[in-house]
This record gives sequence, C-alpha cells and structure tokens, in this order.
Amino acid sequence: MSTTITAVPTKPWQASKRERALDTGIFLAAITTSFLVVALTSMKGKLAYFTIFFIAYALLTSVFKATQRGSAAAKDAFVNSLVAIGAIVTVIPVASILDTVLRKGLPGISFNLFTHDMALATPTDPLNNGGLLHAITGTLTMVAIALFLSVPIGILTALYLTEIKGRFTGPIRFLVQAMSGVPSIVAGLFILSAILYPITKAYSGLMGSLSLTILMIPTIARTSEEVLNLIPNELREAGTALGGTQWRTVAMIVLPAARSGLVTAIILGVARIAGETAPILLLTGGGDKVNPNAFSGPMGSLPYYIWKSFNAGSPEAITRAWAGLLVLVGLVLILFTSARYLGSRKVAK
Amino acid sequence: MTTSHESEKETMDTSVKPSSLADVAQAKPTKVPGTRALGTGLETRGVHAWFGKHHALSNISLDFAAGTVTALIGPSGCGKSTFIRTINRMHEFIPTAAMAGEVLLDGKDVYAPGTDVTKIRLQIGMVFQKPNPFPSMTIGENVLSGLKLAQIKVDNKDDLLEESLERAGLWSEVKDRLGAHGGSLSGGQQQRLCIARALAVRPQVLLMDEPCSALDPGSTLRIEETIRHLSDTMTIIIVTHNMQQAARVSDYTAFFLSDGGPGQMIEVAPTSEIFSRPQDQRTENYVTGRFG
Repeated sequence: MSTTITAVPTKPWQASKRERALDTGIFLAAITTSFLVVALTSMKGKLAYFTIFFIAYALLTSVFKATQRGSAAAKDAFVNSLVAIGAIVTVIPVASILDTVLRKGLPGISFNLFTHDMALATPTDPLNNGGLLHAITGTLTMVAIALFLSVPIGILTALYLTEIKGRFTGPIRFLVQAMSGVPSIVAGLFILSAILYPITKAYSGLMGSLSLTILMIPTIARTSEEVLNLIPNELREAGTALGGTQWRTVAMIVLPAARSGLVTAIILGVARIAGETAPILLLTGGGDKVNPNAFSGPMGSLPYYIWKSFNAGSPEAITRAWAGLLVLVGLVLILFTSARYLGSRKVAK
Repeated sequence: MTTSHESEKETMDTSVKPSSLADVAQAKPTKVPGTRALGTGLETRGVHAWFGKHHALSNISLDFAAGTVTALIGPSGCGKSTFIRTINRMHEFIPTAAMAGEVLLDGKDVYAPGTDVTKIRLQIGMVFQKPNPFPSMTIGENVLSGLKLAQIKVDNKDDLLEESLERAGLWSEVKDRLGAHGGSLSGGQQQRLCIARALAVRPQVLLMDEPCSALDPGSTLRIEETIRHLSDTMTIIIVTHNMQQAARVSDYTAFFLSDGGPGQMIEVAPTSEIFSRPQDQRTENYVTGRFG
C-alpha cells in the first residue's frame, strides 16, 4: 500500500456513549414510574402502563433537555416524543390484529383448505373435511370482473380530469371525491334495487362485482389523477410539437410514463374492495360450492364465508372463520406489498 | 431597467470582452437569403399575442429566409418564447391565449381555417429549453417517436435513425447503445437526442427555445456546431440569452424588448451589423451590456 492516509472515518454528529446512557436511563426511569404508578394508584391494565410510560417519558426527556440545553431543546424533545408516540400508537393495533389473526388462523390452515369447498361439509365437521376453495375462487372472480369494469372507467375519468380538462372537470372531480366516501352498503343496496330486483331477480357473482366496481372506480380515478398530474407538462408539449394528436401523445407518452403509478392505483383499488362484506352479503347469495360462473347461481367469497362461519358458532366453524380471515389478510397484504414494490420501481433509466 | 439575473450575467460576460461579439459575428460569412431551394421560407405578418387581457407581444413582422439561422435576443419577459410558440401553434395550448396576425409557411397561413395543425408542427419542429426525452422509450425509440406519434410510415427506419442522430451530432456517441433509455445520457446528449427526434420527421423549420440554457459550455459548443451544420438544410430560429451564442451561430439577429407594455421587435439585421453597428440606441445598450 502506497497510500499514507491515516484519517479514520468518524461520525461526530452521533450521540456519545454518555448521552446514550442518559437516554437509556430516562427510558428505564419512565418504565419504573409507570410500574410504580400502576402499583400505587387504582389505575390498572396494559393501557395504563402504556399511557403512563409515554407521559413520563415525554416529560422526563423534556425536563432533562431543559436543564441541559434550555427551553428550545426541551420543546424539540417533547415534540419528538409526541411524534414517536403517534407512530407507536398507529403500529400497535395493526400489529395486534396481525398477531391475533395469525395465532387463531394458523391452526385452521391446512392443504385441503385450498383444494376443497364446503358443499359436502357442514360447519360442525372436523377441520380436515371441506375447505375454502369456493370462497377464494369467488373472491378472485368477483375482483377480476370488478377490475375489468373499473380500470377503464377509472383511468378514462382520470384522463378527462388531467388531459382534457373540459368544462365538467370541477363537478366530476367533486363527484368522484364524494363517491369515494360512499358506504359500501349503499353501493350494495343500489345494485340490489336498480339491477337485482327489477332485472336479474337472482343472486350472482356479477351483482357483487358490480357493487365492488362502484366502490373501486373512485379509488382508481383519484389515484390515477394524482399520478397523471405528476407527469411533466414538457413531455406533453414535446409530443404535440412532434406532430402528435392529443390522443396519440397521451397513449404513447403520458400513459407509458405513468405506468408504474397506474399499476399502483389499480392495486390500491383491489385492496379497497377485496375485503368488502356488506354488498357481498346482499347480492351474491354466498354458495358453499365452487361456482365458476359469475353470471348465474350464488357465489361464495372470503368475507361472506367468514361472516357465515362466525354465525355458525361451533368451535370448528370459528376456527375456519379465523383461517379464512388469515387467507384474506394474506391476500390483501400480498396486494399492498406488490403495490409498494411496483410503485417504488422507477422507470428504467 | 431590468434586474433579472440573466441580464446581470450577460452584463458581466460582455464587459469582459467588449469588442469580441462583433468580431465573432463577422468571423463567419452571413448567408444571403433566398439562395437555397428549401421552400420560400417562413414569414410572420403583424403577429400579436395575448394571455387573457395581458398583451404580451405586439406587431411582429419578420421574414425568415430559407436556410438561415435567426437569433432572437432580448431580456426575459419580452415575448421571444411566446413569439416562436405562435409560429408552430404551441401558443394555443395556454387556455387564456389569443393571437392576431399571420404566420406564413411557404405562403400559406398556418392559422387559416381548416389547416391541419399536426401537419404544421411536423413542418415546424421544436426543441425546448430543458431536454425532455420520453422516459418510457429507448434512445432509438425516442428518435423515431415523431413518426409513431404522427403515424407516418417509412421504409427504412434504421437509415432514418442513423441519419437523424448523425445530423444531431450524436450518432458516434450512442450507436452502440440505441436500446438504452434516453435518461441514461448526459444533459447535453439528451438535448441532442431531442434535436435528433425533431429532425426525424424532416421539418422545414426548427424552432429552438433557449436550447443550451441548461447545459455546460462543452455541450453548448456541440449544439452550436450542430446548428451550423443544420442551417444548410433548414431554417432555424433560436431564442437565446447568450449573446456570444447569437453572434456565433446566427446569420440574422432580432432584438426584442418590452417597455413595460407588450414585447416589441426593436431591430432586425444581419448578426454582424447588430453587434457592430446597431441602429437603435436600446439595441446597442443591450448588446454591449450597458443595459438599463
């Protein structure tokens, strides 16, 4: 080695050992305080530990910082701990749900869950009899039909709002936003009274898909609009200046540039509807048998199956319901993860 | 009068070498209009432009001879960019925009009723201030994108691809990686890619809106060489804030100025005249850096 560089990389901005020890001390002091308060007062339960710990920690750090660096540093430390509390409070319920679903659902997961339906099994049958296949295929079929209907409508709406900017842009944007707040039961009742009772007069997967479409369009339209607004105007100008019509420019340049964002919009739309229960209860009839035909006959679905199994009440049925929940959560989790993956992937450079 | 950064920078640049601009401009022969069989060229007659009620540009009548380079100079906000955007009808994309006057390409008004505006833009190409290659396309696809956009069929795409990149001075640098994405090129290469893209549809006129303002001096020089080469076969109008550049590349220079009101054309003349013997005191103040 001919180099004579002797400098050692350091990070002088990081907390020293003493500071870290002090932080740990404050943390431990806060824990001790919470145990003491719970032991000495009438407050009881996990919630009391958490609440007192957070309050004690926030107060102790800010008092400590105040003595060291004055009131500005104390305010900074206080807000910092508030933000940390907010983040933890958000994570706790999600972690708790995942934990419960995993613990109660895993015993019900078996191979035949994915290969059999419940046509020949009753709710009180042992777990190795029957399965979830009808519900999984039903959910996937209905989601697929809803996708087929809502993706073109949603993206075309977004294109109207971002590219055409016609006279109705304001009202349509307002309606789409209002639609995204429509309760799912309203979408279900609408299909029930507008199509199922007057026209088809029978439960089917298609009816469920139609109500899911209503719920999915605003999610796709709004997310796509935001994505399309991010496409720089220079690209549209460049396309037009090269002699492209507006449609050619949008189809060849704007949409491909927005591709990954549009995929995210679609997956978010799917995640929005995959667990919808209310319209499914009203419209699909919820069969126990695999029904590949969405246009006639009742169709099962995961949310319906979970609802039905919990209602059946036997220990086996309840285990099945938890297993169904686990499958549904897994499905939604896979969708969100792929949405994040596709969305974070940049256009290849 | 103006206090924008750009004009301050120009003031500094020109004050270093006060006599060089005229020398630079005279160092190359000025092309004589009408000597090339490239159509009868481009002419604007009494062009005005508005944004809403704001009168941005007043009464511009200019003749762009075929096969020449015309530079439009003037402080920011004097309507140079607005003017070139009226020429290829990009002006109308601003919702509040309005215009008056005629833009004649080979004697036909591009604003005449029934004119196919996409055809006009094929004949009058444009290069923008910031390089804007299409992000979803490869280098090769970018060059040929105009053909796809306008749905033009050509027999030999590879020849056109090579010819366009060659004319833009980029072929030797990218010929081995035509399948790479346009974003992988440097800023100067991206801008030459955008020039190649504009050339691939074989326009008669090329509008360049400050094409080098986002580039380093080396890339700027390459693009100026490209402009000089291209001027043999087409009419070029370039907006620039760099007066060295105007002196180096243009045959004619038009000076635009806004006195608080709409932008006007103060003077147009062969570039060597503008930089050595301007007729108007305001032009002289601007090109010598004694502005305001």
